[in-house]
Amino acid sequence: MAGNRFNSYSDHGVGIGLRIPHYSHIFSQKPVVDWFEIISENFLCDAGRPMQVLDRILEQYRIVQHGVSLYFGSATEPDPEHLRRLKQLVRRTNTPWLTDHLCWGSVDGTYTHDLIPLPYTWEAVHRTVERVKQAQHYLEIPVAVENVSSYMAYKDSEMTEWEFLNEVVERADCGILLDVNNIYVSSVNHDFDPMLYVNSIPAGRVAQIHIAGHSRYEKYILDTHDHPVIDPVWQLYARAIERAGYTPTLLEWDDHIPTFDEVHNEALKANKYLEAAKPAAQPDSNLAGVL
Amino acid sequence: MANAAMPLAELQRQLAAVIMTPLTADDGMRESTPEGRSTRAISERVIAPNSRLDAFERLELYNQQYWYRVLDSLAEDFSSLRALLGSRSYHQLAVAYLSAHPSRSFTLRNLGSKLPQWLASHAECTGRRHKLAVDVANIEWAFIEAFDNAELKPLAVAEALHLTAESRVRLQPHLRLVALKYPADELVLDAQHRERAQPTEAGRNDAREELKPLKLAAMRSKSTWLAVHRVDFSVYFKRIEKEEHAILSAIECGATLGAAISQGFKGTRIPASNRAAKLRAWFENWAELGWLCAPEI
Ligand SMILES: [Fe+2]
Repeated sequence: MAGNRFNSYSDHGVGIGLRIPHYSHIFSQKPVVDWFEIISENFLCDAGRPMQVLDRILEQYRIVQHGVSLYFGSATEPDPEHLRRLKQLVRRTNTPWLTDHLCWGSVDGTYTHDLIPLPYTWEAVHRTVERVKQAQHYLEIPVAVENVSSYMAYKDSEMTEWEFLNEVVERADCGILLDVNNIYVSSVNHDFDPMLYVNSIPAGRVAQIHIAGHSRYEKYILDTHDHPVIDPVWQLYARAIERAGYTPTLLEWDDHIPTFDEVHNEALKANKYLEAAKPAAQPDSNLAGVL
Repeated sequence: MANAAMPLAELQRQLAAVIMTPLTADDGMRESTPEGRSTRAISERVIAPNSRLDAFERLELYNQQYWYRVLDSLAEDFSSLRALLGSRSYHQLAVAYLSAHPSRSFTLRNLGSKLPQWLASHAECTGRRHKLAVDVANIEWAFIEAFDNAELKPLAVAEALHLTAESRVRLQPHLRLVALKYPADELVLDAQHRERAQPTEAGRNDAREELKPLKLAAMRSKSTWLAVHRVDFSVYFKRIEKEEHAILSAIECGATLGAAISQGFKGTRIPASNRAAKLRAWFENWAELGWLCAPEI
């Protein structure tokens, strides 16, 4: 059986993010794409063009929802309307699992719309676990948390980022959306060994993997999702697949978006690693009995 | 001895206050928040430096990312306002607005929801084109609502023509009514047209590109009433008469049709003998456009 319980045992292979500049190509050319990831918050409206596009996509493709503002690590309470609308969308898309980030970004109902890293403290572990469990319980589908890229670290941190991630996912009993580009970006910004991170995560909990490109500046790296994937990130990806097995993989490309084919071809490079990890096809059990 | 760890909620409040403090003229982090707290002291208390960046510089990256993101989002939604005022005045206005009304929603879609109302009482942000700027902001916000607000099943034309003075109806949620001091709809349509004519890389205009204020022939003020609505997933502007605007607005506020109609004709110049025919034509037209829906039960 493909997948694991954190992605509803899905056999999703390589997907790409659904982005507006590609709409006309997708509708006119109907390219073969294994699945699309949507940003949930772009489809939490009531009606109109966004929902029409979504319904058209759903007629032909599988969709997985990726969120950007649940803010599992925010100390103050989430907006119940946000969860209500997300659940409506979950019913519409039939997403087999849902992801959002292991970070904070809102406080007292005011939103920064950014993915801000958490201090890796026990208080943050407990708070985040509570929020992930709440979302998972309410949405009634597996939730996976994504490691973010970060440019700052906290004096109060009591553990490494991967120890923090492990504590959260074990206690919340949730999946991981492992972003290997984010691991690379943070490893440069915080001077740690990215392979150690990949080797430390509980591989059985990886529901999905993100790959992406980024921008390198003189003193730091920004996670801009506007370049092809670089070699060291492919190496982390290869190791993640070696550990986690065949895993739904998605290329993020959000800015300076090239043509659909360019993005898709870049994503399909992941097959080089993914195909090797593909589970052997199971014989049909009934037929097997007859033969 | 090291300070005790700051509670998570307190840490997030302090950092959010720094991150949401407007940038300096050259996009750096200010030394203090609008409340007068030292951003350097907060950074140094909370953030660990690395070998290349100190605590202040690290937090500054988040301060910059925050402002770039919200300013880009607002500029995309109010591109005609930006074109009218020019990028420099618009930028100051946007920073002042977002400082007064940071996002209170899980989606950036709602970021500009209070801009028209806020702008109406901040003439200092627009100079002599204040009323025109408020008109443009009103149209652009109505556009956003018309674009993705809910769509209810409308009443059929025959049903609409059988309504009585006691009836109450509900307006189609994507229909937005706008009262303007200037015929600003033409200006917005022109600006949208120009924007579409110069596509950029990602299919949208760069919100950070310099723009001079729009050169406009002297525009005469002229009360204009507009319905902004959606047909087949596209948004349209439709000029309506003052009385139509008044009747529809009263309906929107929950008045019975009888009350809405008498309110709509208050002070009208339409001769009494023409009113019945006008009303019939309006209701027929509104029903054809799907603007009238059964009331909420
Ligand atoms: Fe990611």
